[in-house]
Amino acid sequence: MVAAIIQLKHWSKRQPRAFLAVAALIWFGLYQTLLPLSEAAVAGLPVDRASRLGGALQFFFYDTPKVLMLLAGIVFAMGMVNSYFTPERTRALLAGRSEGIANVMAASLGIVTPFCSCSAVPLFIGFVQAGVPLGVTFSFLISAPMVNEIALTLLFGLFGWKVAALYLGLGLSIAIVSGWIIGRLKMEAHLEDWVRDMPRVKADAGENGLTLGERIEAGFASVREIVGRVWPYILAGIAIGAAIHGYVPEDFMASFMGKDAWWSVLLAVLIGVPMYTNAAGVIPIVQALLAKGAALGTVLAFMMSVIGLSLPETIILRKVLKPRLIATFIGVVATGILIVGYVFNAVL
Amino acid sequence: MDIKVLGTGCANCRNTIALIEQVAQARGVPVSLSKVEDIKDIMSYGVMSTPGVVIDGKVVHAGGIPARDKIESWLRIPG
Repeated sequence: MVAAIIQLKHWSKRQPRAFLAVAALIWFGLYQTLLPLSEAAVAGLPVDRASRLGGALQFFFYDTPKVLMLLAGIVFAMGMVNSYFTPERTRALLAGRSEGIANVMAASLGIVTPFCSCSAVPLFIGFVQAGVPLGVTFSFLISAPMVNEIALTLLFGLFGWKVAALYLGLGLSIAIVSGWIIGRLKMEAHLEDWVRDMPRVKADAGENGLTLGERIEAGFASVREIVGRVWPYILAGIAIGAAIHGYVPEDFMASFMGKDAWWSVLLAVLIGVPMYTNAAGVIPIVQALLAKGAALGTVLAFMMSVIGLSLPETIILRKVLKPRLIATFIGVVATGILIVGYVFNAVL
Repeated sequence: MDIKVLGTGCANCRNTIALIEQVAQARGVPVSLSKVEDIKDIMSYGVMSTPGVVIDGKVVHAGGIPARDKIESWLRIPG
């Protein structure tokens, strides 16, 4: 078994394109079998398919491998894409560009550039040193944690492409506009002094001669690291979804987070901002909220607040930003999320 | 061989140190491993993502936990 894996690894290095083509075919093939397999699994159990338990089990057997496969596929693809968009290259793309366009680029690059919240500070400083405008840096910093492929994949796998597309579009809009507003506020003076004193750096994209085989390896490393870390949360999230699917009646009415309560979005954002879990961890909560009849706009606002703004990240950023700038950052983004939540609820 | 791991203290940085220690021990390579946590010192190496690894003054890695075989390739150079 181990020998087979090693052989596969060698093959992925020597014939990367063929490897990718075959892997994609196998993935699609497997994906098609999931629905029939889940039905067969339930049929094999002493459970009535039409019963609540039957419905819940089928949901679980179908959605668990489905979401895990989707996640593995997307994380792998993003791992490969990330190897192209190093922070150095992103910085080189953004340095010296005029705001507006740069905000859009920064927000979009936030999706494809690898980002871990402990890297927020080195990255922030690196951008400032290369002359990337403050507002543009913020557009990146807002979109990177919030519009991440895990959140999008899970939303797509569990709630459909429209919800995922909305999250993507709205998240990007918040990142672009918030960053632009912060830029307009000209708060460069509110950077910690030592940051402004850092030497200027030329934004050079640096050597990036990775072979396709090495990028494939980066993809696999990404899958091991991310899926390996979040799968328990996903299982929990789907289990909750399965229970809801099987046991909660279709016309379950709204509780305090229903569309009609005007303060529901505000409450969602106020609770969400100080909270932090990773994108996968928030999904069980999202499932439960939706089951309670919470409006989709409220739930999306909650999700954005939780993963987009976090206490740990704020504490880390305190090393480079003076309190007024941090408050502005949080305030502008939270307001953006609030508006998005309300508009969304109103429109739907 | 002087190895410095740059990081502000998140799980990835700690795991990187542990992994390097493990590999160095397994290969019997003597290394002096230290952690750089002060953000100004980290920035002086010009890295933009942590964890970063600096060997004998040169940045060999930045961003994410380095793969085991990458660490092994660093230790193969006689130091």
